[in-house]
Amino acid sequence: MTAPIRREDLKGPPIHPRDNVVTLLEAKQNQAQAAGSELIEFDRVAKVYRAADGRPVRAVDSVSGTIGKGEFVSILGPSGCGKSTLMMMLAGLLRPTEGEVRFKGRAVTGPQEGFGIVFQDAVLFPWRDVLANVKLPSEVLGLSSAEQDRRARHMIELVGLSGFETKYPHELSGGMQQRVSIARALSLDPSLLVMDEPFGALDAMTREQMNLELQRISLETGATVVFVTHSIAEAAFLSDRVFVMSGRPSTVREIVPVDIPRPRRIEQMNTDEFGRYVTHLRGLLDAKGEM
Amino acid sequence: MSTADATELKPFRQPLTMPRSLPAVLTAGALLVVWEASVHLLSVPAYILPTPSTVAMRVYQDLASGLIIPHFWLTLVEVVVGFLIAVVVGVGLGTAVGLVPALDRTIYPILLAFQTVPKVAIAPLLIIWFGYGMHSKAIMAALIAFFPILVNVIAGLKTTDSRRVLLMKALRANPFQIYMKVRLPSMLPYLFAGLEVAIVFSLIGAIVGEFVGASVGLGSLIIQRQAVVDVAGVFSVLTYLSLMGLAMSLMVKFVADRLTFWSRSQDLVGA
Repeated sequence: MTAPIRREDLKGPPIHPRDNVVTLLEAKQNQAQAAGSELIEFDRVAKVYRAADGRPVRAVDSVSGTIGKGEFVSILGPSGCGKSTLMMMLAGLLRPTEGEVRFKGRAVTGPQEGFGIVFQDAVLFPWRDVLANVKLPSEVLGLSSAEQDRRARHMIELVGLSGFETKYPHELSGGMQQRVSIARALSLDPSLLVMDEPFGALDAMTREQMNLELQRISLETGATVVFVTHSIAEAAFLSDRVFVMSGRPSTVREIVPVDIPRPRRIEQMNTDEFGRYVTHLRGLLDAKGEM
Repeated sequence: MSTADATELKPFRQPLTMPRSLPAVLTAGALLVVWEASVHLLSVPAYILPTPSTVAMRVYQDLASGLIIPHFWLTLVEVVVGFLIAVVVGVGLGTAVGLVPALDRTIYPILLAFQTVPKVAIAPLLIIWFGYGMHSKAIMAALIAFFPILVNVIAGLKTTDSRRVLLMKALRANPFQIYMKVRLPSMLPYLFAGLEVAIVFSLIGAIVGEFVGASVGLGSLIIQRQAVVDVAGVFSVLTYLSLMGLAMSLMVKFVADRLTFWSRSQDLVGA
């Protein structure tokens, strides 16, 4: 990984960047307006890693913001900006060094029930067929085998893989594997779906198709989705709101609402309206010379 | 092993079909013909190298007279018992070392040091400790077969894909579930690679044990025939030994193919 020009190299670590203060104010206002209706709150969340040479590295710096129930939010930022770290903290797989992530008003201190997670790679179990892979979460939870079967089959149908139940991961294409992983994440009816660059490894065509599928699935299930990506077009196409992150240490530079009615079609990506969003998002990312 | 390698690119459960194994069979036949012809043409005396046809006759006689049966049976029991002990101890200890970092730092280095002792050299001691019966041979077999199993179980557990473990943690799985659903299945291809080596090692262990001191068993039969320079008779025993080793390897492979078919094409999995 090439070291990007870090902000602290230029002027030392920012303590309260202006953008963050604005975000924080917004968050406070939102809270005041709709008391308790927020599903997720980031409250000045920061993560400091200890690098190999023992120097502390601020990966995420004072991120604040809220995500409402049923919302589709993208976290957009350059590669290696700490998006995944933020997502891991949201999923309860990493503890923040400072601040806290709250889910339904309670601090997230470990993996939560009702979270579905999709990683960049499908992370399927190659010794299990599609059906058994999708059953995994219900199995771990200890649901009855009839219930496991019912849920798994329903989710496989939802992601368009009916007829592939007895296939093994190595018999599927990359896109199909990622569908299985989405079905698995959805199999416990999660109130929150966390996706970490789920389509990053797919080719452009498959990626567009998966974006459409994801939109359909999120509309059908009404699940809240937090979607980490470094693709501007993907973020604009999918999201209700886009959290644009700066480079390391990562902060929320701006939250951009995307007011394009749903369901959105791929052709809409060619409209001026969509183009303006993309230009705006790109401008935000370019502001500090990143990407 | 080498003959089966050719089938690895085929989908799983592909038996060794006739057309595939035909070249190997033909080559083996040709080599036997060359052997037979050389012995005749070069007039090699029978007490140095018998012809394949003489050996085949002895193989048949040993079976027809029933002479080979108690020897074969006892060696088979020693090998199987030794192998099973090795599996239980190897998997148990390997799992403990693979999962508990403290054991990895304390016990594993000792085991590695122990591995440098040529274990066949322990055979005479085992005879003193466990007597001339089958116990000492089974233990010898277990001692040699145990290490490849141990090493592979540890390697298999250590190479478990951390993302799968992370996924299980996100699902709030307990350590036992993580072991049963992720670590154990991920380890299986390694375990079976170890078992394929171990079954052959187990045979070596039993034979060495019999060489050192036994009155029954294929190893002791070889020693008896060597004493009277019955070379064709030794070849006959070797044939039975190879058949035993081959049959047991194929059995391990058969089970491995059914339990780890997915690992052959794992490089295709974007998982």
